[in-house]
Amino acid sequence: MVGKKMLVIDQSWCKGCGICVAFCPKQALELVEEKVCLKADNECVLCGQCELRCPDYAIWLEDLEE
Amino acid sequence: MPSELVHKFMRIDHLPHIWCAGCGNGIIMRDVAVALQELIDDPESGVSREKTVIVSGIGCSSRAAGYMDFDSIHTTHGRAIAFATGIKFAHPELEVIVLTGDGDCSAIGGNHLIHAARRNIGLTVIAFNNDIYGMTGGQYSPTTPTGDVATTAPYGNFDRPFDIAQLAAGAGASFTARGSAYHARETTELIKQGIQHKGFSLIDVFSVCPTYYGRKNHKGGAVEMLAWQKENMVPASRYYAMSEEKRRDKIMVGILTHNDFPEYTQQYARLLERAKKAK
Repeated sequence: MVGKKMLVIDQSWCKGCGICVAFCPKQALELVEEKVCLKADNECVLCGQCELRCPDYAIWLEDLEE
Repeated sequence: MPSELVHKFMRIDHLPHIWCAGCGNGIIMRDVAVALQELIDDPESGVSREKTVIVSGIGCSSRAAGYMDFDSIHTTHGRAIAFATGIKFAHPELEVIVLTGDGDCSAIGGNHLIHAARRNIGLTVIAFNNDIYGMTGGQYSPTTPTGDVATTAPYGNFDRPFDIAQLAAGAGASFTARGSAYHARETTELIKQGIQHKGFSLIDVFSVCPTYYGRKNHKGGAVEMLAWQKENMVPASRYYAMSEEKRRDKIMVGILTHNDFPEYTQQYARLLERAKKAK
């Protein structure tokens, strides 16, 4: 298993295409005013599917410092 | 601060890029960065950042050479493979990677593509294939499917499209493969294999152009176009397990050809040795 990770979003790079929202297996993301956000109920399982297909590098997983 | 990958391998002062919202090119450029990172991190691969050169031509795809933080050259329309051939021929020790598009490599640059394939010179060509000329406003390209509309084909294009991977394979390329923007992990693996292959490698990666192709052909936006790839493009392991009938409507994602033909610059080095001995 990999170390602990966290989801990071940089809305200033998000163009609101909705790819991450559509292919998130947990439907954990949404667009608010054309920018990606993690929904309040935080269903994210840190799978990284969003990072894999974000054409704008606006969402990614980052290693948490131990 | 963007992700470590982007920070390490892209020129972040040039980002966010100019590609439209939902453009598949950003996904494919990330695949290239991940493939290079994994190879550079593996000491056995022999790939290093210092010995990697990225070459592009003209078109939306070709902006990628400007975004990737490597020694790179953004050349003229259709000539990326010609410039890359010169670089590889002068410095065979370099890993020369060409980032090109369907118009750049199969229309104006089609001759360079087939002859580089025939010579089997050790380049890795990654075609960002979005079925259209996006940068100039949506003219049909050699890969636009028959019947689809474009600004230059308002009543539908009646040309038959090229299959770039098969074209390169037919011209003698020793490694040909097909990927897609949706199949990011599989495509990254194919790019890695292409870079490690000693002869000419071509990876035809299906991109998506929601702005000039999808929207005009009622194929939806980026999400619908990627969902189409998910549905209709099948990774090789699953594809070959399907019945022939089921395969008929599907497009295989994976390797088409993988041969061990002699590489061009190695042949030339041998010729030089022979010529020296003959003196």
